[in-house]
Amino acid sequence: MSIRISQIDKRYGQTRALEPIDLDIHDGELIGLLGPSGSGKTTLLRIVAGLEQADGGSIHFGDRDVTRVHVRDRRIGFVFQHYALFRHMTVFDNVAFGLTAMPRSRRPSSGEIRSRVMQLLEMVRLQDFARRFPAQLSGGQQQRVSLARALALKPDVLLLDEPFGALDAKVRQELRRWLRHLHEELHFTSLFVTHDQEEALELSDRVVVMSNGRVEQIATPDTLYRHPANQFVFEFLGDVNRLEGDVEAEVLTCGDARVAVPGVENGRQELLLRPHEIRLGEQPDACAHLPVSVTAVVPVGAEVRLELEADWLGEPWLATISHAEFERLDVKRGKRLFAQPSRLHRFDTPRPQTLAPLATS
Amino acid sequence: MIAQALMRRRERRVLPGFGLSLGISLTFVSLVLLLPLTSLVGQLSQLSWSQYWFLITDPRLLASYAVTLFGAGVAALFNAAFGLLMAWVLVRYEFPGKRLVDALMDLPFALPTAVAGITLATLYSSNGWIGRLLEPWGISVSYTWIGIALAMAFTSIPFVVRTVQPVLEDLPAEVDEAAMTLGASDGHAFRRVILPYLWPALVTGTGLAFVRSLGEFGAVIFIAGGKPYETEITSLMVFVKLQEYDYAGASAVASIVLATSLALLLAINLWQGRFIKRLHGGRG
Repeated sequence: MSIRISQIDKRYGQTRALEPIDLDIHDGELIGLLGPSGSGKTTLLRIVAGLEQADGGSIHFGDRDVTRVHVRDRRIGFVFQHYALFRHMTVFDNVAFGLTAMPRSRRPSSGEIRSRVMQLLEMVRLQDFARRFPAQLSGGQQQRVSLARALALKPDVLLLDEPFGALDAKVRQELRRWLRHLHEELHFTSLFVTHDQEEALELSDRVVVMSNGRVEQIATPDTLYRHPANQFVFEFLGDVNRLEGDVEAEVLTCGDARVAVPGVENGRQELLLRPHEIRLGEQPDACAHLPVSVTAVVPVGAEVRLELEADWLGEPWLATISHAEFERLDVKRGKRLFAQPSRLHRFDTPRPQTLAPLATS
Repeated sequence: MIAQALMRRRERRVLPGFGLSLGISLTFVSLVLLLPLTSLVGQLSQLSWSQYWFLITDPRLLASYAVTLFGAGVAALFNAAFGLLMAWVLVRYEFPGKRLVDALMDLPFALPTAVAGITLATLYSSNGWIGRLLEPWGISVSYTWIGIALAMAFTSIPFVVRTVQPVLEDLPAEVDEAAMTLGASDGHAFRRVILPYLWPALVTGTGLAFVRSLGEFGAVIFIAGGKPYETEITSLMVFVKLQEYDYAGASAVASIVLATSLALLLAINLWQGRFIKRLHGGRG
């Protein structure tokens, strides 16, 4: 079932929680709402669910206008961050709740309820836990129960509010992968809220980046990462290094640092780059003369993370290099090296620009 | 050696002052609670079993048990409903004067019960403000079981409100919301989700209110009038016997009140323990 959100806005007293927002979600799509806390993402999700009322605008599920429909009649499934399981009921009764709450005329027989619940529990791999109480399960298991409960009524739309936020990193990773599989299998239309960019990029078909009640960008994870619409999106999606200086004749100067910036007009400019867009060398090259010294080395994972400092830098840079490079350069704390940006990004222009100083050399 | 040293270390308590604080507490409990109880048992020991049995099965006294139990039962049931509503209003809604209403809930604890009794008696007597209005309908409150139940309900309402309120505050709004997203009607959500959460607290509060009502004296006697066989409560019987210098008889009646209250309190505690265990997954 597709979802069409048009011109939805919301205020709490004087503060504007949501600017008028438009969003079209296709049937079977998995959409991530990503943003820092206070960006309005949860408010938007709760308005779609019907747990909160928008001040204006409309919401359609398919052709059905649900703007004024009560939450219990919207046919949604909702998964809460803290599971919100009924702790006085067994796992079985929790999952069966929606079915047993139906009016008698529409309610399936107890045999049908039983088989449906067991089928759902099998799907979330908890069939052996039917008779347990929620408090006897781990956080990840509880969240799976809550998901089975939400899916029991075959909702048109599945909404998840920071579903993995309360879990530890390893379980979170596992549940993410599992949700992805479940979505591929069942193809429900789904909207989930997260503040974790990795989670959003990994799970979503498209990501909606929000800040201050506004949509900053709606794009596929790939586009979002490679072509951020603005500085906010760029900074929110990963670590960022800043380079600020005066540009004259396509060369940016800052203290004793110099770098070629083809196509950039004269004046004070701020350029941004990602940690993996920094290369390191023993010598400066024709395009860049950026002397730095290494202040911290973290050789964990697929890459080595380095912290770089220099007196021409306001705040230290973060760089990631391969282990091979790390060994070749024999990097140690205190070692003096030269940084060579492979790319530089600008966002103060009408359209974001990416420069590649090394492309010329 | 090391294992032994570790064992000894573990036995030492981390929190300081255990000996001193427990000592003072126990001394206090002995002086204030146990000593008077001992003297009660002392008084009782002057009676033989048959004398005791004769005293506590006196028809007038039996009638007073019935009056007391019935009054306390009605009061407790009334408080269960009204106290739950009150707690619900105080937790779930915001309204001007909420703090004041909240504070008022404790008034029955703060007010001397005799004052409450006199006030109620004045209000509900046949020419009192409220009694006058009820008179034409043939309802008389003073000197009937209604008055007794009313006075008992007045003094014990905080027990229900104050036990249910914190539990209701702890109930996350998400749980309600979850029930609604699953299509439950308000009534269904209340019966199947909210009430079961509140149930232990509600039963405990109602039980405490009941026990408190059983022993209530000051608030009840003025409005009850103390007609033998009709509106005489058990605690009034203790008072009557004391005035007749019948200490042994008074102790016998008192022992019945005490035994009933203790048994009920113990039952409430045991039941609650079992329920809480279930909510926490058998991990206590």
